[in-house]
Amino acid sequence: MLTDYLAVLLLIVGGFFFLAGTVGLLRFPDVYTRLHALTKADNLGLGFIMAGLAIQSGSWLVAGKLLVIWLLVMLAGASVAHLIARRALQRDITPWQR
Amino acid sequence: MATLIPVWFDGLLGLGLVWFAWQALSSDNLFRAIVLFVAFGLMLALVWVRLAAPDIALAEAAIGAGVTGALLLAAMARLNVVIYEQATDNNETSSPPRRRPASELVALLAAGLFVALAWTLYHLPLDTPGLRQAVSEQLANSGVSHPVTAVLLNFRGYDTLLELLVLLLALLGIWSLGQCPRQAEVATGEVLDALSRLLAPVLLLVAAYLLWLGASAPGGAFQAGAVLAAGGILLLLSGWRLPARLTRWPLRVLLAVGPLLFLCLALISLLLEGRLLQYPLAQAGGWILLIEATATLSIGAILVALFMGGNPEPGQPDE
Repeated sequence: MLTDYLAVLLLIVGGFFFLAGTVGLLRFPDVYTRLHALTKADNLGLGFIMAGLAIQSGSWLVAGKLLVIWLLVMLAGASVAHLIARRALQRDITPWQR
Repeated sequence: MATLIPVWFDGLLGLGLVWFAWQALSSDNLFRAIVLFVAFGLMLALVWVRLAAPDIALAEAAIGAGVTGALLLAAMARLNVVIYEQATDNNETSSPPRRRPASELVALLAAGLFVALAWTLYHLPLDTPGLRQAVSEQLANSGVSHPVTAVLLNFRGYDTLLELLVLLLALLGIWSLGQCPRQAEVATGEVLDALSRLLAPVLLLVAAYLLWLGASAPGGAFQAGAVLAAGGILLLLSGWRLPARLTRWPLRVLLAVGPLLFLCLALISLLLEGRLLQYPLAQAGGWILLIEATATLSIGAILVALFMGGNPEPGQPDE
């Protein structure tokens, strides 16, 4: 019962990070700040959601698989964010300044 | 579990699917259309999950969204479309979409087809067992324990055989159009290098896992082949090129081994059992594994070759 509450809490926190990331993606002024919002939110949000699902699964094997998925998504997300940002710099898109 | 997800979620999913399809079709920016198409594919994969068809969901996500998206992007790169000009000039130059003279007729035909399909769907009985009964009765004779794999590789093996041949034919069509474009060497950077070095072995492992899993759970040759292809495309993008000595025979053998072995086994089964693709009962599991393993290699190789977009053989220089 307690684990259920914990899992729900983790899922909600994860959902909040996804929401924040999406708002950032829509509202931030340029490609760099949007990437920042997106990758931070996805890494943390997915981490919380994976943790919640792992608790709910009640199996070490499933939890291990979820952990591997999270690590792979973080690896891919960070790398792709870097590639997009580098390409934007090469195209002389100047970072936004207040 | 399923009852926890309310109807509106499914409704939202279905509407979202239609919305993505419409956006992808009506976008006049090619790049945006491709991105929307990939999003549409992922949405469709979710729909398949909700319809309790994880096999198709996997195939749709890997082939429909992933590999096809990569193919479309590669095709766009060769179209010489200057996306950025399009994107920036859009506001000035975009005019309302031209109306083609036949558009009313096409719309009418599409609407008619939609009504006919909806009518048929509405009159389908809700709870039909379909062929589930027949499949589960014969499952023990198929050599595998996953019903989808039993249908794809045994009961209706010739469908899968023909799918493999269609893939090979598509590649032959592309090769007959010319050589693959000589890609300019670009410095891809340390991050992409490190990523591809890390991911290539992982993708190989995942492909083998999906292939092995196919006997008892959702997975199999097409999904595993698509994952292999993803690894190959990643390597190509990070600057790896097929060594010239491998482009003649080794590549051709790899491309054809799956369909050829499938055909050979089909002929052997015709001679042994008197029917095409009627595997000997005791060896069915082994035959399916052999077919799926070679099919995985060929599917992966064919998809990567499709991405290359032409015959990689260094022949006479292009005119």
